[in-house]
Amino acid sequence: MSQEKKTDNKKLIIKLMGVVAGMFLFAFALVPLYDVFCEITGINGKTRGQALYKQVAVDRERLVTIEFLTNVNRGMPWQFEAEVKSVKVHPGELNEVIFYAKNRANETLVGQSVPSVSPGQGALYLNKTECFCFEKQVLTAGEEVKMPMKFYIDQAIPQDITHLTLSYQLFNVTEAAQAELVATK
Amino acid sequence: MADHRPTGIKRWLFTTNHKDIGTMYLWFSFIMFLIGGAMAMVIRAELYQPGLQFVEPNFFNQMTTMHGLIMVFGAVMPSMVGLANWLIPMQIGAPDMALPRMNNWSFWILPFAFTLLLSSLFMEGGAPNFGWTFYAPLSTTYGPPSTDFFILGVHMMGISSIMGAINVIVTVFNMRAPGMTLMKMPLFVWTWVITAFLLIMVMPVLAGAVTMMLTDRHFGTAFFDAAGGGDPVMFQHIFWFFGHPEVYIMILPAFGVASEIIPAFARKKLFGYSSMVYATASIALLSFIVWAHHMFTVGLPVAGELFFMIATMFIAVPTGVKVFNWVATMWQGSMTFETPMLFAIAFVILFTIGGFSGVMLAMAPVDFQYHDTYFVVAHFHYVLFPGAIFGTTAAVYYWLPKWTGKMYDERLGKIHFWWSMIAVNLTFFPMHFSGLAGMPRRIPDYNMMFADFNQLASIGAFALGLSQLFFLFVIIKAIRSGKKADDRPWDGATGLEWEQLPCPAPYHTFDTPPKVS
Repeated sequence: MSQEKKTDNKKLIIKLMGVVAGMFLFAFALVPLYDVFCEITGINGKTRGQALYKQVAVDRERLVTIEFLTNVNRGMPWQFEAEVKSVKVHPGELNEVIFYAKNRANETLVGQSVPSVSPGQGALYLNKTECFCFEKQVLTAGEEVKMPMKFYIDQAIPQDITHLTLSYQLFNVTEAAQAELVATK
Repeated sequence: MADHRPTGIKRWLFTTNHKDIGTMYLWFSFIMFLIGGAMAMVIRAELYQPGLQFVEPNFFNQMTTMHGLIMVFGAVMPSMVGLANWLIPMQIGAPDMALPRMNNWSFWILPFAFTLLLSSLFMEGGAPNFGWTFYAPLSTTYGPPSTDFFILGVHMMGISSIMGAINVIVTVFNMRAPGMTLMKMPLFVWTWVITAFLLIMVMPVLAGAVTMMLTDRHFGTAFFDAAGGGDPVMFQHIFWFFGHPEVYIMILPAFGVASEIIPAFARKKLFGYSSMVYATASIALLSFIVWAHHMFTVGLPVAGELFFMIATMFIAVPTGVKVFNWVATMWQGSMTFETPMLFAIAFVILFTIGGFSGVMLAMAPVDFQYHDTYFVVAHFHYVLFPGAIFGTTAAVYYWLPKWTGKMYDERLGKIHFWWSMIAVNLTFFPMHFSGLAGMPRRIPDYNMMFADFNQLASIGAFALGLSQLFFLFVIIKAIRSGKKADDRPWDGATGLEWEQLPCPAPYHTFDTPPKVS
C-alpha cells in the first residue's frame, strides 16, 4: 500500500473513531438531556419543586379527582399511607392531605419520598406548597409521624384531565444520608 | 503472485486475507445460528402444548433471551460482515480490505465474546433471563449474577462490529479501483456502507447503555434506578435509540443481496439504481427518529405518540420504493428460477408481509392491543427470517461458485428452498393470529384457546430447524463433491467479481486495479 494511501486511511479512521467516541458520550449526554426535556415539557409525571399559593379565583364549575398512591421500596420497613384514598377538588383551591408514616424497624432510618403524577401531562398543573417529599424524614425505631401535604390545582389544567393520580414511592436513603453527613463533617 | 500463507490452524489464526476472514465469519455465524436455533427448538417444544412440559419458567426465559441475543449478535450480524469481507473488495476492485490486521482482530474477538455469553448458561443463577432487550430494572436490580458476563460479551462484540464497520467505510472510500465512482458501486456495497455508518453511530450508544447498567449494578450509580433519581423508562429510550437502527443494520445488507441477485436472474439491469441508493439512505436516516414506536405503551404524551407514529410510517415510503424496484426489475425479464433467485423472490414477498405487519404496529392506537403479543413476534420474525436469513442464504447459493469453485446440487437447493419456504410460513404465520387474539410473548404457558396455533407453529419450527441442517448438508456436499463451476456460472450476473475473476476467486485478487467501464 502506498504511503499516500496510508495517510488517507489514517485520516479517515481518526474521523470515524471521533464519531464512535462522540456517540458513546452522546449516550451519557442523553441522561441530562432526558431530564431537561421532561422538565420543560412536564411529560414524565415529575412534579416541580415548592410552589407559592396565589389567592386566585376558584373554579367552582369543575371538580378534579386526585387519587393518592403510596408505596414503599424494597428494603424500607416503614408503614406509609395517605389518610384518604382520594379527594375531589376545585381548580385553584388550596387543599391539605395528611400522610402517615411509621418506622417499623428497630433502628433509626432515613426516608425520602419521590412523587410521580399520572397522566404525566397533569404534573405541571399540580402545585405543592408544602410537601414532606421536599425533605428527608428521619424516624427513630418505632416512631410515627403525620405529614401534611398542601397542594392546589392550576385553573389552566386542560378540560380533558378529570382524574390525577399522585403516587409516592418511599425510598430508604439511610446509607446515602449517613455518607452525606460524614462528608459535610 | 504466488499464494504464500501458513498452513493448518495458523492460517486461520493469523490470516489477514479478506477471503479467509469472510469464510470464518460465515462459518462462525452458521454455528451461532444452529445454537440459537436449538434454543428456539426448546422454546417451541415447550409451547407445543399449554401447561409446563419440559422446562422451568426461569429456564424458558433464559432460552428466549439467549435465542434473541445469539441470533441478533451472533448469527445475523456476523453473517453480514462475512459477506462484506468476501464481496466488497472484489466488487470494488480492491486487493483486500483497507485494514487487514484489524479485520483479523475484529473476527477473533467474537468467539471469545460468545463463549463468555454462552458460559452464563452454566453459571449459578442461570443465564440472562430478562429478554434480549434487557430492560432495567429486570437487568439491573433483578438480573442474575451472570448479567455481568453478558455486559462484557456485549462490549466485546460491540467493539468487533465497530472495527468491522470502520474497515468497510475506509475500504470503500479509499480503495475503489480507478473509475469505480460511488454511483457505479454495486448495491451490496452501497447498502453495506450505509449499514457501516449506522453501526458506528449506534453501537457506541449500546456500549453506553450496558456501561450504565454495569455501574448501576456495582458502583452505586442510579441511571435507571428511581430510588436514586434515575428513570427506568430512560433505559428504554437509550436502548431503542440503538435498537431501531440495529434492525436496519440487520436487513440493509440483505436488501443489497436481493438487488444483486434479482437482476442477475431476470437478466435485466436493476430498475431504479439511484432511487435504491437514496431509499436505503433515507431508511437509515429515518431510523434515528422513530425509536419510541417500540414504547408506545409507556405513557408517552399524545404529541409524542403522533410524532413517532407518523415518522415510522414515513419509512414505508422508501421501503416501498425498494420493493417496487425489485418487482419492476423482474417485470418482463427473462427469468429463471435457480435456488438463489427463489430465495430472493421469497425474500421480497415475505419481507413485504413483515413490512405490512410493521405498518400495523406503527399505528399507536392499535399498538396498545398488539404490544408484547405474538403479533410482534410474528412481525419481527417475518423480517428477520425470510428477510435477513433468506437474504444471506440466497447470497451463499449465489456466490458459492465464486468462493469455492464448486456448484451446489440444484435439485437439493430447490428442496431446501421449498422446505424452508413452507416451514417458515407454517412457523410464523399462525403467530399473527395468536397475537391478535391476545397471546403474550415470552411466556412458557398459555391459555387453551391458543393451543392449535401454537401446535402448528411448533411443527413448522421443527421442520424449519431440520431444513437448516439440510442446508448445511447441501453446502458441505457442494464443497466436497460439487461439480466444478464455470467462470460464469450465472449468465446474467454482472459486476467485477463475475466479469473479471475466475471461479473460484484466487487467494489474492486485483493486486493491480481492474479496468472499470
